Amino acid sequence: MKNFIKWSKGRKLIKKFVLLGLILLLGCGQRDSQSQTLTIAGSTSVQPFAEKLAEVYMQHRPGLLINVQGGGSSAGIMAVQQRAADIGASSRELNDLEKSLYETVIAWDGIAIIVNPACKLDDLSLINLQQIFEGKIVDWSALGLARHGIHVITREEGSGTRTAFEELVMKKTEISQNALVQDSNGAVREIVANDPYAIGYISCGLVNQQVKALAIDGVSPTSKNIKKNAYKLTRRFLFVTLKEPEGQVKEFDDFVLSQKGQMLLEKEGLIGIQ
Amino acid sequence: MEFNKLVIMGKEKLIEKVLMLLAFSAIGSLLLITIFIFSEGLPIIIKTGVGNFIFGAHWAPTKGHYGILAMILSSLYVTIGAMIFGVPLALACAITLAEFAPVHLTRFLKPTIELLAGIPSVVYGFLGVVLLVPLIREYLGGPGLSLLAAALILGIMILPTVISISIDAINAVPNIYREGSIALGATQWQTVRKLVLPAARSGIITAIILGMGRAIGETMAVIMVAGNALKIPTSVLDPVRTLTANIALELGYASGAHREALFATGIVLFIIIMILNTTATLIAGRK
Repeated sequence: MKNFIKWSKGRKLIKKFVLLGLILLLGCGQRDSQSQTLTIAGSTSVQPFAEKLAEVYMQHRPGLLINVQGGGSSAGIMAVQQRAADIGASSRELNDLEKSLYETVIAWDGIAIIVNPACKLDDLSLINLQQIFEGKIVDWSALGLARHGIHVITREEGSGTRTAFEELVMKKTEISQNALVQDSNGAVREIVANDPYAIGYISCGLVNQQVKALAIDGVSPTSKNIKKNAYKLTRRFLFVTLKEPEGQVKEFDDFVLSQKGQMLLEKEGLIGIQ
Repeated sequence: MEFNKLVIMGKEKLIEKVLMLLAFSAIGSLLLITIFIFSEGLPIIIKTGVGNFIFGAHWAPTKGHYGILAMILSSLYVTIGAMIFGVPLALACAITLAEFAPVHLTRFLKPTIELLAGIPSVVYGFLGVVLLVPLIREYLGGPGLSLLAAALILGIMILPTVISISIDAINAVPNIYREGSIALGATQWQTVRKLVLPAARSGIITAIILGMGRAIGETMAVIMVAGNALKIPTSVLDPVRTLTANIALELGYASGAHREALFATGIVLFIIIMILNTTATLIAGRK
């Protein structure tokens, strides 16, 4: 009798499992009912912004599903060339081989060089910046400040911000192996905010009162300077398509470039193109 | 009635089979994970060459350099450091609780210490960043995020594992030994040092090795306090990147060969931990 009671409990459990399995199966089938999909693939720097745009746009257009994937700018551009994605998101410029593709600039982003507010430095030349990250300048005294080692903070290999920084600042040289590595803009900012001898780089939109953004070659990273292209560490965020966009791709592009889309991007910390 | 019994017996067998299937599916998933890690990571190790991969000190995966020596060394240093801080503390604690403290105190303290194991590692890491790192930066110099910080935090994190297994090992020593020793005129400390500890040795060594496995596999807390720089550390105040930190830091953006190289890092870690666990099992079995 005891066994029987155990067994009937077991049977209930099995029923639950079967039910769960059915629910999972049904869940998998649901996607087929979506008729229209739009795939955006590419830069992980653009990804959070593209996701935000897609989220808002999908609320206006029920029935449309926008997939936003990461993978990096190059992967995104390649996906467009192979027609695996409708839109490639890129945080770098197109190279000569890719010039045949159609590019739409959706926003500007500056890379701010940040130090602790207690640091006496306000202006840094691009060359000195490169030497600091290369490990050739290791002491603040080389820049006319009190003698103390510089704590260089960089992003992890593969990060979009790091890639842009390498292109704009490091050129052919490599970032020093002594540099501390953090895995997000926020973590870099947190360390710089607490360490008076640290220097790091983050996206301009994320600079706050905890840290001080340096002027580079005398130009500070204000939205005005970034729009004028006077600030040197500026990159464009691109939507790349195979040819001039049409149909639903064009409608989405138009939404991104509309006042509402641009406002959304500015609210998230980018610089609009107008 | 006889028929009912048969039906129940049959169902009994069925349940047994179902449970067996579930048990094997757990082992099967473990096997699949192992196969997957190796099939993803091995090609790049072979392409780079085992020697270049393990003994190369230049890691720049997006530029085609895949040397993880600095990370292997960092993982070892951090783990050894954690042992230096954690093991004496843990052993002292275990001996006190098992041999000297009043029973009611042990009954209260042991579960409390085991509770420490339940604190998520991100909390340890956060405490490290907020409390420990600024102290190191101010009083010892350097950026604060360092080998020392990681070793200290890990030393604390392994305490519950080592303490609780050591207490069990010490308690497993038969009381007759202690009584005999005391009857011969030895003091309590002499009894512990000369008799209980040697008798509990294999259990204590197992505890230490399991603690070591925990330290070398820890990721989150280490990423937060170790600084993650790529060079081979020359001082305890240097920032270091461990094998686990390397995988967790870069996986998000990695693709192609870079991703394979991270899986390859996983293989090295996997082998190190397998060696540790096998050693622990062997020692534990040799009672």
